[in-house]
Amino acid sequence: MAKIKKKIKSIKVNADKCNGCRSCEIICSNFHATPKYSSINPARSRIQVILDPMTDIWLPVFAGEYTPAECMGRGKYVIDGKEYDDCTFCRASCPARDRFKEPDSGLPIKCDMCEENDPGQPPLCVQWCYNEVLIYEEREEEVEEEVRLDEIEIGLESLVDKYGFQKLVDSIARMSQKGSSL
Amino acid sequence: MRCAETGYNLEIDLATGNIEKVETDPKLTELHLGGLGYNVKLFWDRVPPETKAFDPENLLIFSSGLLCGTPAFSFNRTCVTTISPQTELLAYPMMGGFWAAELKYAGYDRVIFRNKSPKLVYIYINNDKVEIRDASHLKGMGTVEIRDILKKELNEPKVSIAAIGLAGENRVFTASIEQGRSSASRLGGGAVMGDKNIKAVVVRGTKDINLARGEEFIKHVNKVGEYIKFRNENPLKGVMTILSGIGSPQEMKHTDEKWHTENFSWGNARTRRRDFWTDEINQSWSSTQRAAIKRYISCFNCPQQCGALISYKDVPRFKQKCFTKLTYSMAAYVDNLEFNFRIAQRATEYGVDGFSTPQILAFAVELYEAGILTDKDFEGCPPDKEGRFNWLLDRVVRREGIGDILADGTYWAARRIGKGAEAFDHNTIKKHEQLPLKLGMMDPLYFLMYSTNEKISITQIEGNWPQAPFPTKEMREEFVKDWPQLPDDHFKQYFLDWEPRGENSNPYYPTPDMCSEIVDWMEEIHNIDDALGLCCGMGSFCLKPPYHTHNYHLLVSSATGLDIDQVGLKKIVNRSRNLHRAYNVLKGMRRADEKPPQDHWKKRFPELEEQLLDTYYKYKGWNMEGIPTKEKLLELDLDYVAEDLERRGILKDGQN
Repeated sequence: MAKIKKKIKSIKVNADKCNGCRSCEIICSNFHATPKYSSINPARSRIQVILDPMTDIWLPVFAGEYTPAECMGRGKYVIDGKEYDDCTFCRASCPARDRFKEPDSGLPIKCDMCEENDPGQPPLCVQWCYNEVLIYEEREEEVEEEVRLDEIEIGLESLVDKYGFQKLVDSIARMSQKGSSL
Repeated sequence: MRCAETGYNLEIDLATGNIEKVETDPKLTELHLGGLGYNVKLFWDRVPPETKAFDPENLLIFSSGLLCGTPAFSFNRTCVTTISPQTELLAYPMMGGFWAAELKYAGYDRVIFRNKSPKLVYIYINNDKVEIRDASHLKGMGTVEIRDILKKELNEPKVSIAAIGLAGENRVFTASIEQGRSSASRLGGGAVMGDKNIKAVVVRGTKDINLARGEEFIKHVNKVGEYIKFRNENPLKGVMTILSGIGSPQEMKHTDEKWHTENFSWGNARTRRRDFWTDEINQSWSSTQRAAIKRYISCFNCPQQCGALISYKDVPRFKQKCFTKLTYSMAAYVDNLEFNFRIAQRATEYGVDGFSTPQILAFAVELYEAGILTDKDFEGCPPDKEGRFNWLLDRVVRREGIGDILADGTYWAARRIGKGAEAFDHNTIKKHEQLPLKLGMMDPLYFLMYSTNEKISITQIEGNWPQAPFPTKEMREEFVKDWPQLPDDHFKQYFLDWEPRGENSNPYYPTPDMCSEIVDWMEEIHNIDDALGLCCGMGSFCLKPPYHTHNYHLLVSSATGLDIDQVGLKKIVNRSRNLHRAYNVLKGMRRADEKPPQDHWKKRFPELEEQLLDTYYKYKGWNMEGIPTKEKLLELDLDYVAEDLERRGILKDGQN
């Protein structure tokens, strides 16, 4: 595959500053509602604040890639007296847990950096983080060219993983025959 | 489709275990919004006024506000509503945190508890799954320690938990309901929860809340957000630090406590110590505070950081906010702040109100020193100030010995003890402990706020109007220049003409007419906040707040889709406010109850005070007993209230 120059967008998380208000979750779910801003549900947010207040853990994690299988690791880390495991920082929508899945359908969700928003604007969670925990960063990198899956393809892929390709095709065929009732 | 609200109540009968999800009448939202307004209506309709706090018929309502859970910043208040064991009136202790939003995401606007459970239980609400669960293993457990246990038991780290401690279980009148960094503390909500045998209400929700005109709503919210940033970067000038910002009083951030320690009274609201704040104390208190605070924390969807995670030496961790930082040290005359962090942690686990409780403990010490309480009452009590307070706190929350009497608060305890103890109950209004303030000159605005509002709590209904006149004309002119929060521009003149001394100063200025306008406006915005679920620190309880009388209705109408303008919103909250008053009138409240503590100010003006009440009652559309007139009630579509008051002979046709 050819190498191309690509603008990498990312969110730096300064968790030491997080006060746990969860505004990032709220505006994320509100922005990604259909129609835009029509509803709110933090459980649909593509950023989740991992909370364990009494051990002083307030950690925003934003959704990354969908993965069909859970990983082998469950390593523990102790950082500055606080215990985390691999899962805490992991951005994957994974079968081992509910994080980064639509609460009703269970389909995976992934941060898209609010690309539908006005060009040049940072993601909504960054804009709504008044305490500067979330910092938007852009940099150019040379990367392998890859075909990115859009949201529906990620969802379909997870259904294929769960039910198998043939079953999914059969279901879609059956649903399309029912036609207008859908 | 319902917008901003979920359109469902959760009705739980604790005696039978019956749980129902009940669709609500949208008309009630149009008439009373949510939060306090709606709850008052439920009490009027369903709880006979003869009902006492610990009768099974008393409801305990946990309600979200109408805009809780939406993206509008700082709408996070849970309004608990119940009949107070202390005042025997309809009370509404409130708390911030995350509970209200979580309840809405679970699909309910409020939970209504009736009757009593035969044994200690906790309630688990997880979307459509609602369970009454045995809590016998949680008996006596602290409000903080219970959280990890419940999270593990339910295998659900994201639940929001509102719990009582030992004080609530033992029906201590100042028992609080604790949740996250917040607590519904005032007027004994925790005691009623304990009486109903509910240890905790645990909520998790993953459902949607709809907005009627989302894009428009977000534009309004963004404007508010810009102003929040502006205010955070530009503290107000001319006022003390604590009043210069927005949010709850920033007691976790500010370390300079000269003003509170020297102006608030120590002990049971007894003694001012005008030279307390020395360099040495400043250094010691500041370093203790900085050492204790592990992290500043926020409530749901609020950029302010009014609370803190406290991690101090060997003290188990807990969360704290506001004046509980120093109330115990001041009440106990203990000159170090470390004592306060230590005892406040225990008090938080026990679940008691951090304002009333220290005063009650200090009241006991005063009675002992006066010989009214004796060595027998204090048998086993350590002699030192710190030990004495810890010992008294333990007795109160367990209702052991003298603690059983003290647990009813200073008013009731004084009457049970007798022997002159009544004179030591000198800082209550309507039987409830107030700020430990003893001042000089009677302040007509505060006189009306203290006397007449149904909140009866510390913050009363103050906030938007400066506490005192500014010293110079230039400062006043500067302040009024940018003051869009005022309901009308003519208020600016009242402020410009208000001077620290001379003809235009307290107590005769602002005049009773001006006071009526100012107090009525402040009460109205408090009532709006309490119906919508806004933290008053971002609205009614601070100077030049982000939310005010000119923008609330924009948020309400775009969120709900209801056609409500500024005038319409005013009418709605006025309706609920008068309904609340009428309900308390049925419970016996009258003009004679509407007075601040006798020694709140040194200089009192009986005639002027009567004139203030007369003028304000008239302005509110109340008769001279403080009862809403028939005309007023009809104007607010409260015909059924007028009929009821007439039927009972409280309002007499043709005379009111």
